[in-house]
Amino acid sequence: MSAKEKLKVLVVDDEPSILMPLEFLMRKNGYQVYIARNGTEAMESVDKERPDVVLLDIMMPDVDGYEVCRHIRGQENMNGAKVIFMSAKTKDADIKKGYDVGADLYIPKPFSTRFLMEKIKELTQS
Amino acid sequence: MNSWLVIGVSFCYLALLFALASWAERRSAAGRSLVGNPYIYALSMAVYCTAWTYYGSVGRAATTGLGYLAIYIGPTLMAPLWWVVLRKIIRICKVQRITTIADFISSRYGKNITLGSIVTIICVLGIIPYISIQLKAIASSLDILTGANEVGRSPLFGDTSFFITLGLGLFTIVYGTRHVEATERHEGMVTAIAFESLFKLVIFIVAGVFVTYGVFNGFGDIMQQATQLPDFERLMTFDNDSGFSQWFWMVVLSMLAVLFLPRQFQVAVVENVNEQHLNKAMWLFPLYLFAINIFVLPIAFGGDLLFGSAGIDADMFVLAIPLSEGQSLLALLVYLGGYSAATSMVIVATIALSVMVSNNLVMPLLVGIPAIKNRYQNQLTKLLLFSRRLGILVILLLAYLYYKGVAEHYSLVEVGLVSFAAVAQFAPAIIGGIFWKEGTKSGALAGIVVGAVLWFYTLVVPSMVGVGMLPSSILENGPLGIALLKPFELFGLQGMDYISHAMFWSMFLNVGLYIGVSLLSKQTSQERNQAEVFVDIFKYSTVFESSIVWKGTAYIPDIKSLLVNFLGEKKAEVAMKAYKRKYPEPEDESGKADPKLVTYAEKVLSGVIGSSSARIMVSSVVKEEEISIDEVLNILKESQQLISINNELRRKSMELRRATEQLRSANERLKQLDELKDEFLSTVTHELRTPLTSIRALSEILYDNPDMEREDQEHFLQTIVKESERLTRLITHVLDLERFESGKQKLNLGPVQIEEVVRESVQALEQLVQGKNVELVVDVQQNLPVINGDRDRLMQVMVNLVSNAIKFCHPEHGRIIVSGYYIDGDIKVNVVDNGKGIDPEFHKQIFDKFYQAQNQNIRKPEGSGLGLPISKKIIESHRGRIWVESELGKGAKFSFVLPVRVNVPANV
Repeated sequence: MSAKEKLKVLVVDDEPSILMPLEFLMRKNGYQVYIARNGTEAMESVDKERPDVVLLDIMMPDVDGYEVCRHIRGQENMNGAKVIFMSAKTKDADIKKGYDVGADLYIPKPFSTRFLMEKIKELTQS
Repeated sequence: MNSWLVIGVSFCYLALLFALASWAERRSAAGRSLVGNPYIYALSMAVYCTAWTYYGSVGRAATTGLGYLAIYIGPTLMAPLWWVVLRKIIRICKVQRITTIADFISSRYGKNITLGSIVTIICVLGIIPYISIQLKAIASSLDILTGANEVGRSPLFGDTSFFITLGLGLFTIVYGTRHVEATERHEGMVTAIAFESLFKLVIFIVAGVFVTYGVFNGFGDIMQQATQLPDFERLMTFDNDSGFSQWFWMVVLSMLAVLFLPRQFQVAVVENVNEQHLNKAMWLFPLYLFAINIFVLPIAFGGDLLFGSAGIDADMFVLAIPLSEGQSLLALLVYLGGYSAATSMVIVATIALSVMVSNNLVMPLLVGIPAIKNRYQNQLTKLLLFSRRLGILVILLLAYLYYKGVAEHYSLVEVGLVSFAAVAQFAPAIIGGIFWKEGTKSGALAGIVVGAVLWFYTLVVPSMVGVGMLPSSILENGPLGIALLKPFELFGLQGMDYISHAMFWSMFLNVGLYIGVSLLSKQTSQERNQAEVFVDIFKYSTVFESSIVWKGTAYIPDIKSLLVNFLGEKKAEVAMKAYKRKYPEPEDESGKADPKLVTYAEKVLSGVIGSSSARIMVSSVVKEEEISIDEVLNILKESQQLISINNELRRKSMELRRATEQLRSANERLKQLDELKDEFLSTVTHELRTPLTSIRALSEILYDNPDMEREDQEHFLQTIVKESERLTRLITHVLDLERFESGKQKLNLGPVQIEEVVRESVQALEQLVQGKNVELVVDVQQNLPVINGDRDRLMQVMVNLVSNAIKFCHPEHGRIIVSGYYIDGDIKVNVVDNGKGIDPEFHKQIFDKFYQAQNQNIRKPEGSGLGLPISKKIIESHRGRIWVESELGKGAKFSFVLPVRVNVPANV
């Protein structure tokens, strides 16, 4: 993967205190980072930037993460995008729903950043 | 008056009764029964007041004075005792399915056929004259009204009273023999009777008012004029010689009559739907008697004064006075009133007698003779109805003949008293039967037979002499010249009037023989069984089938076919189903009937054919074993113990059920609380995850990247500290809320000045304000009263409200106004912001903990979600109120009020 074709990562969360470390982390790992603070921004960014990976929070003020994921899966040219939910919702039903709407991974909060990076790499190499 | 008009009106009245009765039956069929009403019950009991009362009281008052009152005083004295006597009889009849007085006596003394038949015969003999005087009253009133002359009429078909009798027979057949089960109530009939009672009372009072105030000038005037009458003094004083004994016996006689006359038994016992109705009847019935007697004396004296010795029958004064005054419409109404009094008695008495005759005379004959029984096996129901209908006609015909032959020569009261005396003969056997277990069949038989013979000899024989059927020498010299046997001076007893004399001898011997023979004779086990059940009915009536002791073998098909024979397929089916519901145990495989089924079937049959016939029928299909009295008593005792154990059990199980119910609801509450707790917990952990995620991620990055730029490092560390504070705040809030909810939070009370609280909270938030573009205005009234409260907690509320306002006010031109003032005994504080407002839909929910996170994926930014719920708890624990007023896009206004309990101005 050349530097020109940097992987595009969209980080979506309404908590600035979570956005900040994730943004730093992605950049540090050499990705092109986009940030969205709510569902609407996230969908706009998806349409515009066509990210390869989306790190998606579920509970957000306007449109929730499930909806955003459905939006992504609804785009024809977004088939290859990897969607990773990161949520404080940890019930089995919530997790199942996440996979049902098309997530590649569901990580409960709080999580290890190392684990997150490993998973992103796994998903993007295959 | 035109006789056709009068006859036409009479039949119209009868048609009205038909209409009323069928209306009542339709209502009852539609489930809106009228007889469930205690007033209808009490009114139907007033069938006691017949033509005797309506016409005869006046006649008696005019000829013999105050004596007429005795037969109303008796029932009035008796009424309070109904709760003891009548209620017991009602209960016995319900439990044992007894439908007539004859059945009652026969049933009590071992279901004895002979006893039942004798009682029936005495009833028929005793009551036919009574019915006949009703016919006589109708006929005489018709004659008076139409001015007809009796002499010129041919008997039977030329006689209007004959046709009226037939009409009554028809009504009785239609509404009295509707169902074969005599236990089924005749709702139509009872309603019609109640109506008649009301009708006759109203008309009699109207007539009384007319005589007293229309013809004369009130009570005073009549009595004033009456004192001039030659026999006024005699009428208004007790007869010295026999007066007291006459009064005494009349009172006793009527006390017994009101209980034991077949028609009274019919309306008061058989037609009773609810024992509680007695409570009303106990005062309503005497009231009725009082009301119908108010105008008797005025009418009697009025008649005497108006007609003198003009030869008008005093019995007919009520009718004759309006007629002579030219009030023909009133006269017609009075005639109808009398007609209603007479018809109600005839109808009820005839029904009662016909059931008695069919169940206690005809049925035992039919089922007792195998040849007849086998032949008519399948038509018994029809036969039964037929015999009842025929009975009604025969009884009415006999009454008509008696009226023609005998009653025309005597006054209403004279004939009526003879009937009273006849039924009084049942008193010892019945009263003794329900209170004294030792009374035996032989005792009852001896008492009733001898009493009845004496009744016949001292009352009926003289009346036969009176109409020339027997030589008068019997009265003067005694039969065969034996002076000791003179009917009016039996065994030489003199100085009593004939009724007292007859009552004295018949009751003396009746009671004496009943007790004497009972003590000397032995009861059979069957008798003993019934005696126990009758006397202790209130102990047994709860388990109505198990109380009868029975041993033997019977087969279910036999029992079933027995029921089918008498009830018909459909009703037999219904009866068997009712039994199955009560005792749902499976049938014995061998087809043997449970003893309970046998006694149940016998009860059901008793309701149809009377208890003694039912006994015969059941015995015919059952192989019974002999059981001794000891065995009977033992089993009864056991069943009583069983009942008390059952009651105890029922009580216990009720308690248990209640406890279970309480447990369940407590459990339900706990479950709810548990669910709330679960939800709370999951929300709390959920809220904890966000700052934790941030702290972990930041720390890991700091650790993994020691070469980070200093600026970034500082920023990361700051965020970690902030997020830790957020965690701490969340934990503090959760614990606060928990303490408030569990009631562990104690307020640290003291005098609080709200001004100060507001000022300090705003100061504490100054830093937050400065970070944003917000204008904060504080406007608190000076010298607000000091309140008694927890200063720190109230600060917490203020800080929460103001910091919320700062968070949510307009991002560019934020404006917050905090105001406080005194109003209506409260201190009110408002915090107003100009933010985006809150949808009214959520105004309540925002005070619920974590409302923003519950069951939804949409979350409001910032905040622990516990600030408002805690504020609410704090304000409420100060007995205040907190709420929000807001609309979307128009800012929000949070307000709370605190009651001022210590009303002291701050600067004093």
